[in-house]
Amino acid sequence: MATLEISSLRKRFGTIEVLKGIDISLEKGGFLVLVGPSGCGKSTLLNTIAGLEGISSGEIRIGGAVVNDLHPSKRDIAMVFQSYALYPNMSVAENIGFGMEMRGVPRSERDKAVASVAKTLQIEHLLSRRPSQLSGGQRQRVAMGRALVRRPSVFLFDEPLSNLDAKLRVDMRVEIKRLHQTTGTTIVYVTHDQIEAMTLATKIAVLKNGELQQVGSPSEIYNRPANMFVADFMGSPAMNLLEGTVMQADGQQQIALARKEASSIVVPVPASADAARLKNNAKVIFGIRPEAVNDDESMDRNARSVVRFDASVEIIEPAGSDTYVVVRVAGREVTARMRADADVRLGQPHTFAFNLDKAVLFDPATTLRI
Amino acid sequence: MSAADLVTSTPARRGPGHSRTTRIVIYGLLLLFALVYLVPLLVMVMTSLKPLDEVTGGNMFAFPRHLTFAPWSMAWGEARIGVSDTRGISGYFFNSVKMVVPAVLISTLLGALNGYVLTKWSFPGHKLVFGMMLFACFIPFQSVIIPMAVILGMLGRTGVDLADLTGWSFGLGNATVNLVIVHVIYGLGFTTLFFRNYYAAFPSELVKAAMIDGASFFQIFRRILLPNSTPIIIVTVIYQFTNIWNDFLFGSTFAAGDTAPMTVALNNLVNTSTGVVEYNVNMAAAIIAAAPTLLVYVVAGRYFVRGLMAGAVKG
Repeated sequence: MATLEISSLRKRFGTIEVLKGIDISLEKGGFLVLVGPSGCGKSTLLNTIAGLEGISSGEIRIGGAVVNDLHPSKRDIAMVFQSYALYPNMSVAENIGFGMEMRGVPRSERDKAVASVAKTLQIEHLLSRRPSQLSGGQRQRVAMGRALVRRPSVFLFDEPLSNLDAKLRVDMRVEIKRLHQTTGTTIVYVTHDQIEAMTLATKIAVLKNGELQQVGSPSEIYNRPANMFVADFMGSPAMNLLEGTVMQADGQQQIALARKEASSIVVPVPASADAARLKNNAKVIFGIRPEAVNDDESMDRNARSVVRFDASVEIIEPAGSDTYVVVRVAGREVTARMRADADVRLGQPHTFAFNLDKAVLFDPATTLRI
Repeated sequence: MSAADLVTSTPARRGPGHSRTTRIVIYGLLLLFALVYLVPLLVMVMTSLKPLDEVTGGNMFAFPRHLTFAPWSMAWGEARIGVSDTRGISGYFFNSVKMVVPAVLISTLLGALNGYVLTKWSFPGHKLVFGMMLFACFIPFQSVIIPMAVILGMLGRTGVDLADLTGWSFGLGNATVNLVIVHVIYGLGFTTLFFRNYYAAFPSELVKAAMIDGASFFQIFRRILLPNSTPIIIVTVIYQFTNIWNDFLFGSTFAAGDTAPMTVALNNLVNTSTGVVEYNVNMAAAIIAAAPTLLVYVVAGRYFVRGLMAGAVKG
């Protein structure tokens, strides 16, 4: 039985529906990341799970029990807020122990629980300080401590890293991952950062305008996006999307990517696509990740289906570990992720290669993957 | 001379705010206005320390030749207030204290509670409710006197009925209690405005976190909001204290004779038309009447400015 089950959940503010029938379940010990652009309803969804906002219809179950009408404190959850929400008038120890104090846990027991959590998070030396005397990372730890001390069945994280600087964010991301691995807790985590989503999650739910776009493991979401929105949203740089036409050549279905400046690039139908659904002369969207656009030298040796083409280099972006090279194909920019010392020159033609094992096709009418 | 010196020194010499004449004009004006405000207080203090013949015969601005504290003890304990009372203003001073302390505490607490509900537990129509409470700030004192008298009369009759029934009127009908009620109701608009604006900038996530921690409505108010409201509490207390202490209209309307507050007693003392006008006693009484508000400003004045700024920037 799943720890968290959400079925056909709807939430309306007046006449505006912000959550349009959400169905998700999360197993014990799972790490669910809700990701999407701002305004997609991911924070609202988290707040409804926490009980901070009511729902219009549907059902939320935690540990098998329906919690729709339960007060937040009775739902067996703990939440870490974006601003940490530490009580400024209390010391770190009082902050962590406040929930237990409210539940009437005796002082000695409280102190013991606070001390053990402080040890886990290595904040023992901060216990007597006020939140205003802590750095961003330390506040983050205290906020996590306040959640941990409750031992809830579900942890809720609302964009907990977005107030930290870039380096600290990476450190805390590792910290959260380690916490999840060592304690085996069940976590629901909201973020708009798709890298956080990919690195932390065991399960990702992509939302847009209050609708679930896709739910799946990080590799499913990344390699087999359900539609063009997910393909475009997940991954940095974004997936290259090109217009193509289905055609019959050499007794096989192929995809032609027409180019004004040169002859069309003709690629075989990628293995991921359902070839039976392709009709001749139909328009399709050909999607390929930047790392699957490369040149012969650094092409994946295990690639089974490779198509080469020449194009001139428009922009070179060295990023240290990789170099992003932008070329124009079929009127669209295509980003190639190449090794750092790739021998490319601005304005010069270069031979690139598509690794079609990683390519996907979309239907331009429905935006769904074929 | 380095580049940095050039950059910092040039505007200092040329800047309009830094020229010598401008400074003299600014500080001269400031000094002048400080004097304008301080001279009356100085005259009051000096007059109150002179014997009467020196006051009537001498210069208002002259320092006392025979220093005496007799006018002060007169004003406090023996002066004639109104027609019959010759026990000084001390009783009325404590009337005011008995009125001001509960009125300030209750109106501040209720204002804080209103602000908390209007911002953190907002309900449909909360803007309308706040708008109407704000309107209370603009109702002139005079226009509420008659309706207020009618309501206080009804409360007084209820008090009599209660006294018949239980032997205690629960304070209803008592003049000091009436004034506390009037000032609490009249002050609620202002205190609500202060706290609502302060709490509007108070992070809602703290309230949500406390909810998840299992704190109740009043526990959140007492443990999370109130301890973080020091600046606005100080502003509200100073504002309410000054207004209620200085009120004359409600005091003279709803409390007569022995139950009158300080301001009314001071008026009665000064307006007594029998015998000579004892300016030195009047001045001493006036200083005693003004002392509490002065003290409040001296003690908490800097928080007042800070609190007003906080509200202005965030609210």
